Amino acid sequence: MTERLRVHVDPDKCQGHARCKALAPELFELDEFGNAHEAGDGIVPPGLEDKAWLAKSNCPEIAIDVIEE
Amino acid sequence: MSDVSQPVAHPPVIDWVNDFDHTDPQWTEDPFPIWEEMRGASPVVHTERFLGCYMPTTYEAVREIANDTEHFSSRRIIVRDVRPEITSRNAAPPITSDPPVHKPAKQLLLPPFTPDAMKKLEPRMRAICNELIDGFIADGKVDAAARYSKYIPVRAIAHMLGIPESDSDLFINWIHMILELGIKDETKLLQAVQEMSAYFGAHIEERKNKPTDDLISYLMNARDREGNPLEDSHVLGSLRLLLIAGIDTTWSAIGSSLWHLAKTPADRERLIAEPALIPTAVEELLRAYSPVTMAREVVKDTTISGCPVKANNMVLLSFPAANRDPKMFPDADKVVIDRRENRHAAFGLGIHRCVGSNLARMEMQVALEEWLKRIPDFRLDPAGTVTWSQGTVRGPRQLPFLLGKAM
Repeated sequence: MTERLRVHVDPDKCQGHARCKALAPELFELDEFGNAHEAGDGIVPPGLEDKAWLAKSNCPEIAIDVIEE
Repeated sequence: MSDVSQPVAHPPVIDWVNDFDHTDPQWTEDPFPIWEEMRGASPVVHTERFLGCYMPTTYEAVREIANDTEHFSSRRIIVRDVRPEITSRNAAPPITSDPPVHKPAKQLLLPPFTPDAMKKLEPRMRAICNELIDGFIADGKVDAAARYSKYIPVRAIAHMLGIPESDSDLFINWIHMILELGIKDETKLLQAVQEMSAYFGAHIEERKNKPTDDLISYLMNARDREGNPLEDSHVLGSLRLLLIAGIDTTWSAIGSSLWHLAKTPADRERLIAEPALIPTAVEELLRAYSPVTMAREVVKDTTISGCPVKANNMVLLSFPAANRDPKMFPDADKVVIDRRENRHAAFGLGIHRCVGSNLARMEMQVALEEWLKRIPDFRLDPAGTVTWSQGTVRGPRQLPFLLGKAM
């Protein structure tokens, strides 16, 4: 089985800094208040792995998990 | 009025660890070595000034306090010589609100400030920047703080609120009275708050008969959870907040960024060659020269990073100092223009994250892009002096530049 990544935003921690959306717009979406959630099921398409890690390491609230499946 | 204090002179600071004062001229001029000294001594330091005040010196201690609304209240958010009574007159929800009042007040303000909403403002921002540059580019020199960085945020906020951009100097003066003079001279602060309330009161009245498509009408039409319109005092408080919080903060951030680029040709050249790097650079400039220091009031005794913290003291919540903590940021005292990992706290942490962060980022990015396109070469004017604002928001207030290549 090939390893793949999945991103997840903890809605209780997210405060809407929107860094993830700026750095990885393919992987995250914002609601009407500007708070983030993962796009779709959060599965990271091949080639976007770096962006997933970048989003995680720039979230000031440590709200993003990158899960290796 | 009995709660109005007279301005008091502050003795110069000798012992930064036990007697700090963020209004001291040495702090205003160059706070970075002071923060390093304080951080070396303790994650939390205390001063008897300002009727008792702590300051967390590490990123971790700042995060702990920002996330602890049980022990730390936002009802007072500026560290001052006095602690006047809290009334609706000086409240500015949601920045001065604690849970559970905070969330609904904040959610009202968020939709107009999303990144998508900011994109719509971008063309107007580019035009404003270019109009400002047109005004001085032929002179060969400019005070970039007085002629450029100052007017970008004030015009943006005026544009959003639907008030005349030509009233900019009025707003700038009120903010100076509240955030700088008001720390030591309460009459100035009260005068400014009164004038602002009268100004916005008139705009609210106007819109009662003739609604407009702007942020003032948006707030007037907003409904609380029970479906009731906001009270006029809430609308006024929010308008005061947007004006105060939206102006000299971004003025400072743009000014500090230009100051850095004026004295760092390598970074300037790199951003001109790689404009796509500007958003990353904006984050690093926000980290290294964060303008905004907030405050909290300790309402219950607790412990932060192992240090006891007692009720009735204020807390100087220095996001700028947190952002220089070498435990959190390698080479914290260097501007690394392409820093990849950057969890900086320039816009705060926790529930009080700056409502206008997306606006500020857009303004900074556009201000730097337009400036660098038209003025790729500039440097500090050796005949002039750079001066910095005192107190809660730090940034250059005089920024004399020579424009064009050095002869």
